[in-house]
Amino acid sequence: MELVSQIGGGVLNGLAYIGSLTTLAWRAAYFTFVAPFRGKPLRFQRAVSQALDVGVLALPILSLITFFIGLILALQSAYELRKFGALDLVATAVAISMTRELGPLITAIVVIGRSGSAFAAEIGTMKVTEEIDALETMAISPIHFLVTPKFLAMIVMLPCLTIWANSMGILGGALFGVAQADFTWGRYIRTSIDALFLRDIVTGLIKSVMFGMTITAVGCLEGLNTGAGAEEVGRSTTRAVVMSIFMVVVVDLVFTMLFFFLGG
Amino acid sequence: MDRENTELVDSDVMVSVRDLHVSYGDREILHGINFDVKRGETLVILGGSGSGKSTLLRTLVGLEHASSGQIWIKGKDIATISQEEMDEIRKRIGMSFQGSALFGSMSVGENVALPLREHTKLEDSTIEIMLRLKLEQVGLAGFEYYMPSQLSGGMMKRAAVARALAMDPEILFFDEPSAGLDPIIAAGIDQLILELKRAFRMTIIVVTHELASAFLIADRMVLIDKGNIVAIGTTTEMRTSQQPRVRQFLDRVAEPEVARELDYLQMLTEERRSGGVAGGRRGT
Repeated sequence: MELVSQIGGGVLNGLAYIGSLTTLAWRAAYFTFVAPFRGKPLRFQRAVSQALDVGVLALPILSLITFFIGLILALQSAYELRKFGALDLVATAVAISMTRELGPLITAIVVIGRSGSAFAAEIGTMKVTEEIDALETMAISPIHFLVTPKFLAMIVMLPCLTIWANSMGILGGALFGVAQADFTWGRYIRTSIDALFLRDIVTGLIKSVMFGMTITAVGCLEGLNTGAGAEEVGRSTTRAVVMSIFMVVVVDLVFTMLFFFLGG
Repeated sequence: MDRENTELVDSDVMVSVRDLHVSYGDREILHGINFDVKRGETLVILGGSGSGKSTLLRTLVGLEHASSGQIWIKGKDIATISQEEMDEIRKRIGMSFQGSALFGSMSVGENVALPLREHTKLEDSTIEIMLRLKLEQVGLAGFEYYMPSQLSGGMMKRAAVARALAMDPEILFFDEPSAGLDPIIAAGIDQLILELKRAFRMTIIVVTHELASAFLIADRMVLIDKGNIVAIGTTTEMRTSQQPRVRQFLDRVAEPEVARELDYLQMLTEERRSGGVAGGRRGT
């Protein structure tokens, strides 16, 4: 009985959490797409500087990581493909797993580490120093003021970063292809492109937009739920990272299943 | 409800609190608070640490929700109005926070200009002039390009007041204006409040535990203890009051703090049971 009520409580808490995430994302989407046409302009400059932060500054580390991931993928698939003398298929394997799955996922994880945590820390600190309260007493919605620019920056930058990550992954695979599998750079790239269907790329990009929404919602929600005191900021930052990774994987699963059953 | 309504037709009453109860979770913090603030009046809410005075202030500006009772601001019950109406009220009030709550990522000038940029369609050049004026009013002329982190504690408080003044509010709220400031700087903030009062006939509500500052700026005072109003009256009435709790607070008589956990818990639960008994004693 005890166990049942504990499980029930856990499920309820989980649902409540997902509920608040959805509400937050929904309101941010409202302020991004609807409110500007009702005379409540977007803080566009702020969104641009966020986009710079989330996107452009993430490029070096993201490039390095996805290049290595592409190389690792090539090595791992070659281990099995070699037995069938089908080393040619390395390019296809790398291209498909990067664009459909690993590109969006690795990008999301890098962005969680760089920006999701930063969102929680920034908003959490503002909560502790009463700046969020100050916004509210000035009749300025913290969601409009703080969350919306981040939201816009994320849903634009995550697909861009994902495309970049896909390319770097394929390039990593190409290094192996050229060194070990008798490919030339040109032929490897051409084989990769031939292996890809538009829907592989598009499903990956749709996922990355959803990841962007998830990361923003979790990071900002954890920030807004920060309790009193400096150590609480640290706690919500940690929670933001752990919960974002978890939620991104859940969203990934849901969408992968959706695409699978819809024949994508 | 009718009684309050007719009472509030009197446009002189800016803020009116009726039988206000506020709880955090299971714990009730305020047990039935009643008072009025008239236009142009300065009311000081006095009380010790943990008396519930800050909660009262946060509830007045809508940052906490009342569990029961009403708060009327300019004739509107803030518990029942829509978010839009609340926003309209909030544009007409200013609040200065204990820790000043300036936005660290913006310069002082941008902080002061923010409400104007968000809520008005004024030209940038007009906003620029207005923010300079506001900063001058609080004695910070020429500091618009400084970042909050470059200011001293007293200057940050002043900048926060300038931001609170940006929309020319009718009611100004202060949470512990002299907290964390040395006596000289704190006296400067008191002077600033007095000047605002004289110059603009603003309605001001201040929460503090500083006696000297309270007696200097107040027209009337409310003494809160453990979530109940112990006494309410003019500064003279307070000074001459013979009520034991008032005397103890004003004469700064020490009270042994509850040190044992059990006693503390008992104090909390007793508080709940006796909640509201001493509340609502008005016009002492």
